[in-house]
Amino acid sequence: MSSENTVSINGQPHALPDDPRVSLLDMLRHHLGLTGTKKGCDHGQCGACTVLVNGVRINSCLTLAVMHDGDEVTTIEGLGTAENPSALQRAFVERDAYQCGYCTPGQICSATAMLDEIAAGWPSDASDSLDGPMEVSTEEIRERMSGNICRCGAYANIVDAIRDVAGEPA
Amino acid sequence: MSAYLKQDEPDNVNRLDHMRQGVLGTDASRIEGLLKVTGTAPYAAEYQLDDCLEGVLVTATISKGEVTAIDADSVLSMPGVVAVIDDPSLTARAAQGTAGEAPAQPAREVGYFGQPIALVVAESFEQARDASKHLKVSYRADDDVAFDPEAVEAEPQDGATSQGDLAHAMKEAPFSVDVTYTTEGHSSAAMEPHAAIAQWDGDTLTVYASLQMLNYNISELADSLGLDEDKLRLVSRYVGGGFGSKLGVSEETVAASVAAMELGRPVRVAMLRQQVLQCIMRRSETRQRFRLAAGEDGKLTGFGHEARVSNLPGESFAEPVLQSSHFLYAGENRELSMEVARIHRMTAGSVRAPGEAVGMPALECAMDVLAEKCGLDPVELRLRNIPDRHPANGTPFSSHKLAECLKQGAEAFGWDSGPRSPRHTREGEWWVGTGMASAARVHNVGEAKARVTLKADGTALVETDMTDIGTGTYTILAQTVGEMLGLPVAKVLVELGDTHHPRGPGSGGSWGAASICSAAYLACLALRETLAKRADVAEEKLELKDGAVVGGASLIDLLDGRDLAEEGHYEPGDIADDFTASGFGAFFARVRVNRFTGETRVEHMTGAFGFGRVLNTKTARSQCLGGMTWSIGAALTEAMLFDPVDGHLANCDLAEYHVPVNRDVPDLDVVFVEERDGAASPIQAKGIGELGMCGGAGAIANAIYNACGARVFEFPMTPDKVLAAMPD
Amino acid sequence: MRPFDYQRAEGIDHAGQLIAAENAVAIAGGTNLLDLMKLQVETPQTLVDVNRIGHAEIEDSDDGGLWIGALATNTDTAVHPRVKADYPVLARAILAGATQQLRNRATTGGNLCQRTRCYYFTNIDQPCNKRDPGSGCGAIDGIARLHAVLGTSDQCIATYPGDMAVALSALDATVHITSAHGKARTVPVRDFHRLPGHTPWKDNVLEPGELITGVSLPAPVEGTQIYRKVRERSSYAFALCSIAAIVEMDGDKIARADLAFGGLAHKPWHDPEVGEVLVGQKPGAKLFDKAADVLLRDARGYGENDFKIPLARRTLAAVLAEATGAEL
Repeated sequence: MSSENTVSINGQPHALPDDPRVSLLDMLRHHLGLTGTKKGCDHGQCGACTVLVNGVRINSCLTLAVMHDGDEVTTIEGLGTAENPSALQRAFVERDAYQCGYCTPGQICSATAMLDEIAAGWPSDASDSLDGPMEVSTEEIRERMSGNICRCGAYANIVDAIRDVAGEPA
Repeated sequence: MSAYLKQDEPDNVNRLDHMRQGVLGTDASRIEGLLKVTGTAPYAAEYQLDDCLEGVLVTATISKGEVTAIDADSVLSMPGVVAVIDDPSLTARAAQGTAGEAPAQPAREVGYFGQPIALVVAESFEQARDASKHLKVSYRADDDVAFDPEAVEAEPQDGATSQGDLAHAMKEAPFSVDVTYTTEGHSSAAMEPHAAIAQWDGDTLTVYASLQMLNYNISELADSLGLDEDKLRLVSRYVGGGFGSKLGVSEETVAASVAAMELGRPVRVAMLRQQVLQCIMRRSETRQRFRLAAGEDGKLTGFGHEARVSNLPGESFAEPVLQSSHFLYAGENRELSMEVARIHRMTAGSVRAPGEAVGMPALECAMDVLAEKCGLDPVELRLRNIPDRHPANGTPFSSHKLAECLKQGAEAFGWDSGPRSPRHTREGEWWVGTGMASAARVHNVGEAKARVTLKADGTALVETDMTDIGTGTYTILAQTVGEMLGLPVAKVLVELGDTHHPRGPGSGGSWGAASICSAAYLACLALRETLAKRADVAEEKLELKDGAVVGGASLIDLLDGRDLAEEGHYEPGDIADDFTASGFGAFFARVRVNRFTGETRVEHMTGAFGFGRVLNTKTARSQCLGGMTWSIGAALTEAMLFDPVDGHLANCDLAEYHVPVNRDVPDLDVVFVEERDGAASPIQAKGIGELGMCGGAGAIANAIYNACGARVFEFPMTPDKVLAAMPD
Repeated sequence: MRPFDYQRAEGIDHAGQLIAAENAVAIAGGTNLLDLMKLQVETPQTLVDVNRIGHAEIEDSDDGGLWIGALATNTDTAVHPRVKADYPVLARAILAGATQQLRNRATTGGNLCQRTRCYYFTNIDQPCNKRDPGSGCGAIDGIARLHAVLGTSDQCIATYPGDMAVALSALDATVHITSAHGKARTVPVRDFHRLPGHTPWKDNVLEPGELITGVSLPAPVEGTQIYRKVRERSSYAFALCSIAAIVEMDGDKIARADLAFGGLAHKPWHDPEVGEVLVGQKPGAKLFDKAADVLLRDARGYGENDFKIPLARRTLAAVLAEATGAEL
């Protein structure tokens, strides 16, 4: 398969859907069976569908699959497996940073990108100064993770899990 | 030894405290955790079935009346459209929790704006969603439909308490408070939209659904479809949050089932997020009047709590706002009564902690007003008013930890019990203050069955149709069984959410953990009897640890190549009438209120809770954190906004129905108060899924007053309400 | 979502050709458009994907200002060194809006065209003159909590929901527009959005077939820059009221006060008279009140949103106090 009219999902090329209405989220869930990416609202209001496109976190519900010709998409399935989980995935289990688990893949995808954004010095609404370096403080994490709603109310533990990983030596 | 127990007597033997494995009550991580964090735990809409069709619900655009015609031809020619389902079996509402029978049918009779009336089925989701917007529907709409709960006569509810002479007590009391609070409607807004996939093989219907109580849901669905229960299998292995909204079988599950049976192909129906908010149970708005009369010492002589809630005509559920008010505080002169306004908003039903979630915050605000009048520290006021027995019916408490919660919580929070006056601390633009509230949530249990099989290989398998809606059921069952049978958690496999398994209690009313773990406990006691015989010791003397009798044979040897299974069956007994059983707690909050804008941010919150035996400190703490987070939403942001013209829910999405986001939630401390409640359950445990929000919003409201001097009588306390009440 | 013809533009001219088609709409980030297409509030026949036409650059202009391409994402803009250094009010406004996920997709051009969050506009089962001209306004007698108190009409009381454009208005930015025929024009951002009047369906002055190519910011000015957003949640919520302020002091007097307001009107609200009241005066409670009197002289509440009038007054005082150091 050429890269023309394909999108790479977790390193595997996939043909783009024929119906341009198919969101990237529905392509993952309905067409590819990659149901780790969740549909919570379908309108960019909850963050459950967060994936990484070319390393950047976005809501996969608010983008059409056909717009991602040639893009590299990473989903929760691409971040780690039960046998070989990522540091964030392990930390979420250890800290009980979830309850029902439905928002969890989005939280973890989001947190994965967020740590890169902080490392890159991107400011947030919670930053005292717009200029870096940015801290991985609780207030920064809370603001930067506010695009991922958890109705069970696991936020306090989500912040702890992320801090655990951010504090880990490289 | 029978594996059946109807509990008529307290169990204060506390067998679980004398087992050897040491896994119960630990901070064991969730056994299904890796599946959740890797996205491989399957939720209802995620089963991959060949040839699966997609259905999208069509909803009513009138508030009351009937559908007179559905023009299927208006969409059948659209690409991919397979069918329009408008069968009389379609349900107009979800079943109330524990209904066990079909909810209102047919869907053509419209009781609220946004009610599902039909299902459009197509080859793809995109096709079905588009066609659902094009379906032509004709209505006969009724005039003069009531939407405003304050504009109609209300029906009195049974169960009122009238004792002594409250009016007289109010008149005589040196300190009295007569205040009225309102709370707005709440939506559960679980992250996983209600969804189902139904598959019909011509004889048996299998439905993957997102439901909390399969033991009731199977009857509700069978009744809705006119199908025998033994021709029906419900599967809900993972439920993406319920909070009451998935207690009863809901419209999409019935619609998917009807469509699958009619079309002979699997059909998936997931509610759109807007439909979730428009169709699922709401928590009723409330208006609550409190009359509190107290003596010079702050001891209550009179206690009045009158509430108005609403629901659709014909619905039996009424938000039980008074539930804990009946027993929380003393006061010999008592008036407690409730009335229900019949209006045409979507069904009112259970949303996390029905009753106390809104009753307790309002009560605790009124208590704060009283404490100020009496010149008493609010913690002290509560300590002085803890009754010895149920103040109306005189039953003893099964166990009562309110005082300990108040004291331990105050200490952990660093509560200042000195004189209190508003506006004592300003930091820049912000007033900073503190507030507190008691917590109470009645304890419930339900009939439960679980099968525990000791496998010949020395592992255990637990099977029940009980669900884990994020509460930790998988893990606490593994811990309970591991503790009883001397197995590490990793050696216990737990299979939930499948009606092929014995009936559990379902998840709801915070009763799941105590009920299902009691059933598993009973099964394990029976297994231990057999093992004890084989090991030639009395069961009471049998010490099991790490897969072996301590100092003796291994389980594998005792099993001798054969599995050993027992079904535990627990049933609540007369004990419920003999005792008043409740979880208790206390909340302490520090908030900051912007003196210009009235914005409130919670800075810190501590909750201390006594809820019997803690089965897992990690997941129990998470339940408390969740409840406290909901307290923040109830205090500050959550409100369903209904259009006055047609009663539709205006803010029907997650952008405008404001559940708390991460930044709204500060550091939260949870204190567990040691307790064993032998009358609550055979494992001395009570529920904790709801207690964490039963009063918390009151602590925040009281902190707003302490910070800035604004006594707000309306929840949620959005900036406009705080500003309106803020002194200059 | 209705079926549509998906076309990918390969360059700005190509985009111009494609957008000239009947009922064609450009899609960039899609964060607002797809939201509304799913609700069938927006029903384009042709969707022109402009994500690969370039115009994502942010670069210095000859006059010392800054050019922000239409396809630059909100994130690109907020993290850009010159934006952070010279136009911090813009960075702050963007960061106060939406979420990182949305800002990573949302673009300059798209965000300027963001449509209202009015509950009646986004619900096709309700009347809305903006979505369905002549059908009425559900909000005027309905739930109007989010709605406008300035510049409303009897046809529409919707608000413009964005944050970025409020800052651009305070900064006096210019919107650059091209058409199918390659004809370019510029519009001050303060004139880009419209008031509803009798044509509430027109959010802004873009004509069919026109595309935004970018926004130019004038050379930076001295002074303190503040973006203040009042919202119900601490994050991920639209503004009840927001203020972008650029305030410069000269000794103990205000030398410059460029103010724009969000959440109050159908457009980012800029009223030069508010600044004129302030300039040359010593900051203080009375002065700030006077400025609020001017700002709110024609304000009108619709019951549910009456609170926005005192809220705007108080928020203005807070912002001016912060900017001038005045004690209130």
